[in-house]
Amino acid sequence: MPLAREESSPLFAGTAAGTLRLIFYLAMAMVLMVLDHRNGWLWLLRYKTAIVIEPVYRLASLPADGLHNLSVAFADRRLLTEQNQRLREDLLLANAKLNRMAAVAEQNQRLKELLDTQHSLELHVQMARVIGVDLGAYRYQMMINLGARDGVKAGQPVIDAHGVMGQVVDVLPNSATVMLVTDPDHALPVVIERTGLRTVAYGSRNGEQLTLPTIPMAADVRVGDKLLTSGLGGRFPQGFPVGEIRNVGPAPTGMFLEAHAVPSADLDRSDEVLLLHDLAEPAGPPPPSSPAGPPADQAPAPAASTAIPRVTLPTTPKPGAPQSGVPQT
Amino acid sequence: MSRQRVSFWWFFGTLAFALLLMLVPLPHVLEPFKPYWPALVLLYWALESGDQRITLGLAFVLGVCADLLNGVLLGEQALRLCVLAFIALRFRSRLRFFPMWQQTLAVLALLVNDRFLLLIVRAFAGEATPSALWWASPFVSALLWPFMFLLLDDLRTRLRIQ
Repeated sequence: MPLAREESSPLFAGTAAGTLRLIFYLAMAMVLMVLDHRNGWLWLLRYKTAIVIEPVYRLASLPADGLHNLSVAFADRRLLTEQNQRLREDLLLANAKLNRMAAVAEQNQRLKELLDTQHSLELHVQMARVIGVDLGAYRYQMMINLGARDGVKAGQPVIDAHGVMGQVVDVLPNSATVMLVTDPDHALPVVIERTGLRTVAYGSRNGEQLTLPTIPMAADVRVGDKLLTSGLGGRFPQGFPVGEIRNVGPAPTGMFLEAHAVPSADLDRSDEVLLLHDLAEPAGPPPPSSPAGPPADQAPAPAASTAIPRVTLPTTPKPGAPQSGVPQT
Repeated sequence: MSRQRVSFWWFFGTLAFALLLMLVPLPHVLEPFKPYWPALVLLYWALESGDQRITLGLAFVLGVCADLLNGVLLGEQALRLCVLAFIALRFRSRLRFFPMWQQTLAVLALLVNDRFLLLIVRAFAGEATPSALWWASPFVSALLWPFMFLLLDDLRTRLRIQ
């Protein structure tokens, strides 16, 4: 019975050594996860190993690029002509609008100079291409083909022709990861164009919509209202379209109104995106100043030190009424 | 000598190809149905050649590579693939001689278990619970399993690789 003897060992190969090894590797994985969650080591490691990772990304995006090229190559001539016609009409319309706006923009600039503010309607943008890479289902992130070598920094806003797409969260030497506005972890200060109400738009769980959970009960918000970036928070410049409200209702808590909006940018269709370079000036309370006074070891008593009021006057100008900015030419 | 080298490269080639397939994007509608390729290929090799090739250490390294590429959480896929490899190796001698449909069911169970692990890890990381469609991926993977198994097996016999 040589077979039975041989079979008995792998069939019930529940040796303690195997289990111990499993426990060891599981513990190692958990330690890695905790350390990464706390310190964000992954991105350091990714940056270091970028020389391997980036070519893999390019390789993985080849099928998507190929499909895109194929669809262009085999596209109907009539379809292309139609598309060309439509684009030309759009351009004409946009140029006409722009010409009308030019005078207004100039006037605006003069008035702003009089008011001595630094806002400007000029845009410093950088064109980037989206790399077709799947970063895992339900991740709501995308990769673009510009990175640290092109001067990309974390926190830069990314827009397309229709509105805000998201912001750069992590940078590799030749590519960068963009978190979309619909990511559940993303929050964006917005203003409602019609009423000037300021609120915050969060991403939503299903990643298709924006959620505005903290609108005051008495606020005037309607379906179809347009959302613009408010410029508060100092990340996104003021006046870019963000989305349009689709439904409004009382929040589950009953203390606020909750609205849902669809993003105006083509989040899953864009090939080319624009990276904004001029960040909004930080509008908000100034950073906490180091408390002046004697060093801590010479301070008389804790009760006396807390009695000194710390006066910090906000010196930033009050954000004015939102304007529907002309995003780009 | 050269045959051994070919089989070595074939083994690592399939693993690397699985990682690459993990990154290739699908059309937006099909995205939740995307199979978890590294797990499928790892399972194939675990059933095919057992702990001569697949060890827990290799599963761990593969998982860390996948994490590096995905950029989610370092160690997440390492944990999942380790558990997968461990179970597959332990029940290997039974799974191997199952008829194909039973094997497919076993693979489905393994992958659903894998999703549960992922859910637990995500809950600890404080991420939102995904929608119901998220559970479709193991079923698609299990449906693809017989085809992938037969294809890889056929290629292996054609290339005369052990």
